[in-house]
Amino acid sequence: MLTTKLMSVEMAKESPKHHLHEQIDENLKRVYEDALKAEIPDRFRQLLAQLKDKERKS
Amino acid sequence: MTTPPDKRAQSGACLQAPTIDPRDEIILFLSPMRAFAVSLTRNMTAADDLVQDTIVKAWSNIDKFQSGTNMQAWLFTILRNTFYSDRRKHRREVPDPDGIHAAKLSEKPAHDGRLAFGDFRRAFDQLSPEHREVLILVGASGYSTEQVSAMTGVAVGTVKSRTNRARKRLAELMGLAEGETVLSTTINEGIVARAGTQAA
Repeated sequence: MLTTKLMSVEMAKESPKHHLHEQIDENLKRVYEDALKAEIPDRFRQLLAQLKDKERKS
Repeated sequence: MTTPPDKRAQSGACLQAPTIDPRDEIILFLSPMRAFAVSLTRNMTAADDLVQDTIVKAWSNIDKFQSGTNMQAWLFTILRNTFYSDRRKHRREVPDPDGIHAAKLSEKPAHDGRLAFGDFRRAFDQLSPEHREVLILVGASGYSTEQVSAMTGVAVGTVKSRTNRARKRLAELMGLAEGETVLSTTINEGIVARAGTQAA
């Protein structure tokens, strides 16, 4: 009985649904990682420097 | 993160006690913040404005940051709250005519039996921001549903069901119904065949 149960768990992992799920996550990671690789405009570092500067003066 | 953190940001504080100002760490999360902002807005200009607002809010609310906790999660929380409150205020449906993925660079064809990435991104762009949000946080950034629940103020069960619905919607938009693949072919062939029909 137990083996049958284990088999069906294995089969569920191999199912098209599971496979599609994996591919979706793979593509999601790629979408996110592509965005992570984009160059950061200077304005953010400048903004942080300004904020720090302003505080030191006050 | 490709851009190395700017170490000079800390050089001005030489006379102070060597306690770490958590605000000096905001700079380490510029790339993730921008990537998350792009995921929500699908528009570069809007994403940059959103990151800018997030930085200012984080800076002035740093006392609310609990040191030792996950700063990226904290920043993401501010960012997404800002995004949704702006959206409620303006009710602007930004159509994104020059959608960042509409006409895209070099497209790698799906000869390897994988989902075509271009199709995937176009489908992703069509999702609601709520769906894109959970997919990026859970599927791509590796946050647990519990963490996402804490970040978004949405119940754990809702995060789970929303993630499932978002995946399902994504598959539908690509013309793939979950579990629909014909069993007599291999899974990859099934997906390619269906993706091919959609593209034609």
